[in-house]
Order: sequence, then structure tokens, then C-alpha cells
Amino acid sequence: MTSPVRYQDPRVILATLRSARTVAIVGLSKDPLRPSNFIGFYLKRHGYTIVPVNPRETEILGERAYPSLTAIPFLVDVVDVFRRPDAVPDIARDAVASGAKALWLQFGVISPDGAKIAEDAGLDVVMDRCMKVEHARHLGRMHWLGFNTGRITAVRERGLG
Amino acid sequence: MSQDQRGSGEQGTREFGFDTRAIHAGQRPDPYTGARATPIFQTTSYVFEDPESAAAYFNLQEYGNTYTRIMNPTTAVFEERVASLEGAAGGVAFASGLAAQAAALFTMLTPGDHVVASSALYGGTVTQLKHLARKLSLDVTFVDPDDLSSWRAALRPNTKVLYGETIGNPGGNVLDIEGVAEIAHGHGAPLMVDSTFATPYLCRPIEHGADIVVHSATKFIGGHGTSIGGVVVEAGTFNWSNGRFPVVADPSPAYHGLAFHETFGMYGYLMKLRAESLRDLGGALSPFNSFLFLLGLETLPLRMARHVENAVGVARFLEGHAAVAAVRYPGLDSSPYRDLVKRYLPHGAGSIFVFDLKGGRDAGQRFISGLELWSHLANVGDAKSLVIHPASTTHRQLNDAELAAAGVGPGTIRLSVGLETLDDLTADLARGLAAATP
Repeated sequence: MTSPVRYQDPRVILATLRSARTVAIVGLSKDPLRPSNFIGFYLKRHGYTIVPVNPRETEILGERAYPSLTAIPFLVDVVDVFRRPDAVPDIARDAVASGAKALWLQFGVISPDGAKIAEDAGLDVVMDRCMKVEHARHLGRMHWLGFNTGRITAVRERGLG
Repeated sequence: MSQDQRGSGEQGTREFGFDTRAIHAGQRPDPYTGARATPIFQTTSYVFEDPESAAAYFNLQEYGNTYTRIMNPTTAVFEERVASLEGAAGGVAFASGLAAQAAALFTMLTPGDHVVASSALYGGTVTQLKHLARKLSLDVTFVDPDDLSSWRAALRPNTKVLYGETIGNPGGNVLDIEGVAEIAHGHGAPLMVDSTFATPYLCRPIEHGADIVVHSATKFIGGHGTSIGGVVVEAGTFNWSNGRFPVVADPSPAYHGLAFHETFGMYGYLMKLRAESLRDLGGALSPFNSFLFLLGLETLPLRMARHVENAVGVARFLEGHAAVAAVRYPGLDSSPYRDLVKRYLPHGAGSIFVFDLKGGRDAGQRFISGLELWSHLANVGDAKSLVIHPASTTHRQLNDAELAAAGVGPGTIRLSVGLETLDDLTADLARGLAAATP
């Protein structure tokens, strides 16, 4: 089985986080205590346009929900997946069909088959990583809570706009 | 090249060395002022940008500062630096080593749980475990740390954690971390290790299978005997959702139903340790102490190498002295822990150890009185060399039989070898040994 580590390249993660504007979240829950809701809330707060994909809801986190990826009438940059691994190959095919640039599989969503479908079609793939954590690690404030971000730099960030 | 491009060059792709991380991990130049040293954020609280941000911080939906009892930007640098050096997912700092240890246990245990711990643990730890056991209805079994079968034999269906020290205090027992970790994991329990005497420079228990590492930062991490503090780091790989830790995994009544392990994944235990245990027990580290610990960590590799060099020199000097019965330094070739030292402490076995005088309690007191350079006090891990005679101080209420059970003889002396000139240290010890000899 392909190790998820192959799909955890920090350069791909950082490039995806920097270039993406629109993120479709497949399996986004309306329940504010669910992990997917935490991540959706965070991504929206940090300027991404989030697009809920959930056939049981019409609106989540103030955004219109779509029943499937193929029902979204505009292009999305990233497809972020909170579903069981066995649902991923179909989602990957939809992501390819919808013209997304990257497939992002959250913590525990490990699907080498789904990853290969996306990769073969030229999408960037991230697996078994949390989009919120990676954003907070590389671009956000994860260091404020004592987490090991792995970031070492002597370069001063632009703090005042 | 623009500033933004410069900052993104190797970001996240390079594994920096230990010495680099001891100086840089956790801290970047302050974006607001450009300050290169870590600023001391001596503030209790933080102004919120707007009500929505405040709500997001309190809900843990966003990483934000609310109150220094829970988080502080200076302390966060210290936490991330220790986590980086130990190879952990993150860290949470506390006002003392004992506060750190109590919170680490409090986060994972509930009444009725069972703890298996080394019998060679630091006395303050043994007292805390017995006290927690009494007050919180926990069971604690103390086992011979050198015997893997005794760890295995002590396991019960309700055993939730195994706990030992990398280097025992004061006996110098070296823990077979991989062996004990395997026993713990086979039982669905984490291995917690107090690595105060080793520091991450000499041993990184997580690399050998430990799940949680605690430190008294008061010792070598600070290194200058100025500040009391402690820190807990966690590997982030233990499965708290294995069905045995509902206290970590289930929706938390103390946090409006949040399920920490599911929501934060590998960071779930650490989030709970901070957002509940630190918040509710209140043992927060002072930002000023965090600053001093960070100064200490910058020179940790240099200091530890010299501590070990001096300790070996002092141990060899004592081993050859007629007034000394035994030297229990695990770094000596004569130590029964020699093989474990090779495996877990290849850069040295630290600089804290005991030796036994040929005389009894009187000889111990005469030895202490004969010293001029070694400081007689109850601490270890200072740049200054420290000495104590347990039978007349920390253990003076015990009779000889009770002392023996604690691994301390009437003529046992504990040393914490500092960074002074080695010849000066041995010359002073020679004075003490002459005074101890009738």
C-alpha cells in the first residue's frame, strides 16, 4: 500500500495553501462541534471561499451547500474531503471532472486508489493531513499554542500592513 | 530577491539540526518590532480584534491568545522549542515540574484507574503519585524499573499509563525505554517518561517509543538555578480513541461537548492538556521564567557536553579514592547500566549521580563541612556544582533500614556536577574526603 507520506510534501502543501482561493468541502457538517465544521469555519475566517458539499443541507456556515461536486456551477481550486476512505475514488473522479487543481484528504482519510485517480489526472494530492492545521502551521498562528510547527527562519514577516 | 520569496525558500522542507533548533525553534523575529531576542510578553490578557474573534478563540476554532493562565506568546516559544528538541507534536509549560507531571496524568486518568510506575522515581514524584492515588481514588503499583517482567506483571485491566525516568534520581537507573514502551503499547496504554536528568540533548525518549515526556525545566533546561518550571510534550502518535480513554476521546462536559481527540487529531491530548488541565488547575508558567528557560536552551548542547565531561572526570576521581566505597554513575564502564547507556545515552549519562562514603552519617556530614566550592543545597542541574547528603537532609527522618529501601546509604552523597574547572572540583572533593576520613 502506498504510504500517505508520499502525499505529505510540505512544498505541495504550502503551494496549495498559497494559491487556493476556493475550497469545496465534501462532507462538511452543520454541527459546530464536528471537526469538518471547525475546519470550514477556520478556512472561511482566513479568506478562502468555502463551498459546502452535503446532500442533506442547503446552507452551512452561511454558504450555499451543493449535493455533489459536479453540481457546483463554478470552478473550485481544492476539494477537501471528510468522508470514509471507500467514498474517495468516486469523489476523486468528480474532482477531476470538475476541474479542481488539488485533492486534499483529511486526517484518517487514507485512499491510495483515490489519490492515484487524482494524481493521474494531474491534480496535486495531500493525504492524511488537516488543511486547518497545515495552514496554521505554515501561515497562521499554531505556534501561539506551543505546537511544533517545524518552522525555522530568521526572516522578519511583514507585521504591519 | 523579495522578502517574501526569501522566507519561503526551504520552509518546511529541511530538517534542521539539534543545535540550530535549540537556538531558533519556536521563535521568529517579532513581526511588529523586528526584535531578534524573544520578547517577554508580561501581560495577563490580550485585546480581541472583534467579538467574532473572541468567540472563535474561546471555542478553540482559531489559535488565539485569551489569557496568560492558558497561553502566552513568550511561553509558547519555550513550549515549541522543547517540543522541537524532543521530536514531539507540541508542548505545554507549567509553573513547576511537579505541576507538569500532575497535569499530564490528570488529563488522561479518572478515578479507579491504575498507574504502573518505577520505584526509583524522584521522591517528590513518589509522594505526588501516592497523594493523587489517595485523593483521586487511583491505584499505583511501584515496580523495579530494571526488570521488564516486573512492569509486565504489574499490568491490570485498568492500567492506563506506565511511568519511569530516563535516568533515575538518585540511583542512576537507566530505563529500557523501548522495552517498557512495547509493554505499554501492548496494553493500549501510553509510556510517560521524566527525562529531566537526560535533557533532549542526551536522550529523546519519543524516538524510542515513549508517548509523553515531562521535564523539570528548573534543572538543565534553565541551567542556571534561577527559575522553577516544567513542561510536558507529547508525540501525537498514541491512539487516545482506542476505547480505553473516554476522558480524552469522549465529548467533554468541561468544553461544551467538544471531542478533543476527534477534532484535533494528533494534537487532541495537548489541546485538552492546555484548554482543560492547565486552565482548570492553574499552574501556569510565568512569561519571565519562560524567557530565562529560552536563554538556557540556546546553550543546552554546549552545557550538556561539558556537564558530561566534568561528571566523567569527577566519577573517575572518586572511583580511585580510598575514602569512597562505591560510585554509582551510569556513565562509568563499571556501571551495570553500561549497555543501556550505550543504547539510550550515547552522548553521556548526565552529570547527577551518587557515591557512597566508607563511613556512615557522621562521615557524610564531615564531608559536606569540608567543602568550599560545591554548594550544599537541594537542587540539581545548575551551572554550579551542587552536593547534598540525603541521610542528614532530605531523608533525615528515615532510619538506616528505610534509607536502604530508598536506595540511599547513611554515607551516600548526591552530586550535580557543574561547569567549573574540573581540577578545582576534584581538589575541593579531595578536601571533603580528607575531612570525612577519621
